[in-house]
Amino acid sequence: MTHHDHDDHDDHDHDHHDHDHKHPHASPQKDHDTGPVGAYEMLEETIRSLLIEKGVLTAQEIAAQVDLMDSRSPALGAKVVAKAWVDPDFKKRLLADTRSALAEVGIDIGTLADYRIVENVPGIHNVIVCTLCSCYPKLLLGIPPAWYKSLAYRSRVVVDPRGVLEEFGVELPEGTEVRVHDSTADLRYLVLPMRPKGTRGWSEADLAALVTRDCMIGTAISAVPKGKRKAA
Amino acid sequence: MTRQAKSQATSRAPEPGSRFAPGETVRVAERPALGHCRTPWYLRGKTGVVASVQGIFRNPEQLAYHQPGLPKRVLYKVRFEQAAIWDDYRGPAGDHLEADIYEHWLEPASRSAPDLEKAR
Amino acid sequence: MPSPKRKTMPRKGADGRATHDVGGLEFGAIDRHEHDLALWEKRTDAMLILLVGPKKGAFAIDAHRRVVEDYGQQTYDRITYYEKWIRAIRNLLVEQGIVSREEIDERLAEVRERFAKAGRKASKERVSW
Repeated sequence: MTHHDHDDHDDHDHDHHDHDHKHPHASPQKDHDTGPVGAYEMLEETIRSLLIEKGVLTAQEIAAQVDLMDSRSPALGAKVVAKAWVDPDFKKRLLADTRSALAEVGIDIGTLADYRIVENVPGIHNVIVCTLCSCYPKLLLGIPPAWYKSLAYRSRVVVDPRGVLEEFGVELPEGTEVRVHDSTADLRYLVLPMRPKGTRGWSEADLAALVTRDCMIGTAISAVPKGKRKAA
Repeated sequence: MTRQAKSQATSRAPEPGSRFAPGETVRVAERPALGHCRTPWYLRGKTGVVASVQGIFRNPEQLAYHQPGLPKRVLYKVRFEQAAIWDDYRGPAGDHLEADIYEHWLEPASRSAPDLEKAR
Repeated sequence: MPSPKRKTMPRKGADGRATHDVGGLEFGAIDRHEHDLALWEKRTDAMLILLVGPKKGAFAIDAHRRVVEDYGQQTYDRITYYEKWIRAIRNLLVEQGIVSREEIDERLAEVRERFAKAGRKASKERVSW
C-alpha cells in the first residue's frame, strides 16, 4: 500500500456537492458505484447494520446526523463573524460566552465541547491547530479540510507558523505577533478575523462573503478582493 | 450499555480552590504520560504564563478508559513564548503559543525566571 | 529537557513521545488538495457523534481518541482519517460489549458476499483487529 503523507484518501463522490467550495476538485476518481469497495467501507456498512439491528442506532438518526453535518459549512461561521463586525455588543457577548451568543443566532453547538473565539486585532494574528488529533469547530464550520487534519500541518504550524502562513499566502504587517492555539482539551477555537478596510456601510451578507473558512482557522486574512468596491 | 459520556461542556467559573491564577508563571510537568494524555510532548517541561482559567472538566486521561474522570480538573489556557519552546524557532521574540493544560500537569515556576512576559 | 527531536522516524518510544503527538516534528509539505467525503465517511462521522453523545453514551470521545492513538505507527501513518475512525468505533463497540468480534466477522462476510453478488469487486484487504 502506498505511503500517504496526508490522512485522507482521494475519494471523490460527484453527487455530493452540498456545500459551497472554492477549491479545485481532484482529478476524476473512480466511480463510487462501480469501483472496488474498500475494506473500511464494508466495515462501516457492517457496523451500521449491526447497530441498527441491535437497536443502538436507527437508520433515521444516522441519516439525520449526516444531513446535519452537511448543513454546517463555513457560511455559518462567516455569518457570525459578520454580525460581530457590525454589532459591537454581539461581539462582546460572543467573546465572553460563545455558546450563548451562538444560541442567540440559532446555532446549537451541542454537548461535546465548548467554543472559544480568539480575536485578531492589529498586532496579533491567531492560528488554530490540534496537534494531537484534529479538534475543530465543526458545528460552526463543517468538516475540516484534509490539510488541517494532516500530520504535516499539525506538526509544523506550532514550530513554524510563519512558514506555514507564507505557504498559504498570508502576509502580515511588520511587528504582528503570530499566536498559535493548540486545541488540546475540550474547547474548540475559531478566529475572529479583522474586518477589512474599505467596508464601511456594507451589509452583513456582503461582509460574510469576505469571510472564508481559512480566515477563521487563521491561514487566511479577510480582504476586499482587488478591484471590488462593493460585493455584487 | 455503559453510559460514560456525560457532558464535558459544563465549564463554568472555576472552584475557589483552583491552584493558579491568570498572570501566574507555571511550568508544564516533565513526566511520562500513562496512557491517553492531552499535554503535548513539545510542551513538557516548558514554562509559560496562565492566560486564563477555562473552567473545570472531567479528566480525559480517565474518560479514555471508561472511567468517570472525577473529580473534575481545572483547565488553564497557558501562553508560552515560542522562543522558550523551540531552540530553533524562526520568528520574532513576540510570537506566542497557547494550549489548554490541565491543572495536574502544571507546577508553579520560579518567579525569578528571566525574560518571562506578563500576560497581556 | 532537550529540545523536542525533529526527526519523524521512529516516533513512539523516542524520548517517550507517543505516535500521534506530532507537534514540532517534520512531515514535509502540507498537501492542500481537498475533496468531498464519501458517504461511508460521513456515516462514520455521524455514528461517532451519536455514539458519544448524551443519548447513547456508548463510550467517551476520549476513548475513541485513545484507541486511535494506540494504533502502531505503521497503521497510524498509513490508513486514512475515517479509516482510523471506523476501526476505532469497531474496537470500542467490542470493548464495551455492544457487539462481538464474531458478529462483526459474520456480518462482514455477508456484506462482502452481497457486493460480490451485485457484481462489485471488493478489496481483499482485511482490517486487522
